[in-house]
Amino acid sequence: MLAYAVAVWLLLVGIYGVISSRHLVHLVLCLGVMQSSTYVLLLAVGWRTGGQAPIFVDIPASAPVVDPVVQALTLTDVVVEATVVAVLLALTVQAHKRFGTCDPDQLGALRG
Amino acid sequence: MSARARLVLGLAALAGLGAMLLWAVGGLPDFGHPRGPYADLAPKIMLDERHVTNTVTGVTFDLRGFDTLGEELILFVAALGATVLLRAQRGEREAQEAAAAEERRATGTADSLRALGAALVGPVLLLGAYIVVHGALTPGGGFQGGVILAGALLLVYAAGQVAAVQRVRPVSLVEVADAVGAASYALVALAGLVFGVAAMDNVLPLGTTGSLLSGGTVPVLSVAVGVEVTAAITLILSELVDQMMLRARD
Amino acid sequence: MTALQTVCLIAVAVAGTATVLTRDPLRQALSSGVLGVALAVLFLAFGAPDVALSQIVVAGVAVPVMVLLALAKIRTDDRRSEE
Repeated sequence: MLAYAVAVWLLLVGIYGVISSRHLVHLVLCLGVMQSSTYVLLLAVGWRTGGQAPIFVDIPASAPVVDPVVQALTLTDVVVEATVVAVLLALTVQAHKRFGTCDPDQLGALRG
Repeated sequence: MSARARLVLGLAALAGLGAMLLWAVGGLPDFGHPRGPYADLAPKIMLDERHVTNTVTGVTFDLRGFDTLGEELILFVAALGATVLLRAQRGEREAQEAAAAEERRATGTADSLRALGAALVGPVLLLGAYIVVHGALTPGGGFQGGVILAGALLLVYAAGQVAAVQRVRPVSLVEVADAVGAASYALVALAGLVFGVAAMDNVLPLGTTGSLLSGGTVPVLSVAVGVEVTAAITLILSELVDQMMLRARD
Repeated sequence: MTALQTVCLIAVAVAGTATVLTRDPLRQALSSGVLGVALAVLFLAFGAPDVALSQIVVAGVAVPVMVLLALAKIRTDDRRSEE
């Protein structure tokens, strides 16, 4: 239950960070905190008490293992969301070039 | 609405959301007892039928291979988006001058740092290639190995060898590699149709458990994804580095 | 729930809170790196070495580099517009 509670807490803290952010790069990293809450939730759902990692190189084929399907989902998730962070950072750089400020409250107001 | 009022409203909404989420996770199966047939079936299928010892890679590239195709295309599109956003209008000669200026500036960095960076490039490349190819056997696979390989190219930049990085950009090797990786994944997925079974089916010979060529299409897809991830991340990093270099030139 | 998992979960919660509460983006890149490493250890404690490998490489290498490059670019832009 602690694992689920930590996932919920990370999500709430991340959303609070996004709401109250004063700098676009700070906002993007708070989005990263929200993403990590989903990883924790997925892996907590797949944990089996007494289970081992699902790699059968040196454990017998009948040993109890944790759920591999949620691990597959989380694995691709981690790499893909890093590139989403990259696109958001590119947007930040362009917004700064265009508006001269990195404050989300002041975007779109300045002109030239 | 003032910032203060927005914050108060946001905190109230978050409290409501938190309460509902805690109620929702209370209804999940007990921690430690995953429900659902796939938790038990997937390792058995992967080990007995497909001869793959790393169940997670097997699930990524075989049982749920279609999802991975979509995720790989997200990577491709993200690299495309970052390139479109950041690629300044610049000529070929300007880029070379910027690279030369950067190399002159880089000779100011400590020699030991540059030597260490240059010495580590080879081992890191080897490690990345090893992890990509052994995806079906031990922890690893295309995604992890691809990012490690991109890190090796970053080491080349950190070691001050910017001209070497220049040689693999622009319009070039990296973008072609990106497209080749994404396309080969899609082609292997369609190969099932050619062989007369469902698309994304595991059509190559399955080999024996524990050998490098086991698992049919799983190592092939792992290599395709490895190439694609390396190229996408290198593209994104080189666009960001370019922006910095062009600014520093002036 | 093993003791290691409990410790890792608490470390992740603390690191996440610290990342959000750090306002300066440069310092926040460091806290985010700490969060990444804490998450990687948590993934190992949950029996997921593939995910941990992915997380170490991405949150330790790719994301901090991208954030630092973006911040450097923003700073040089600021300096140029002040001249």
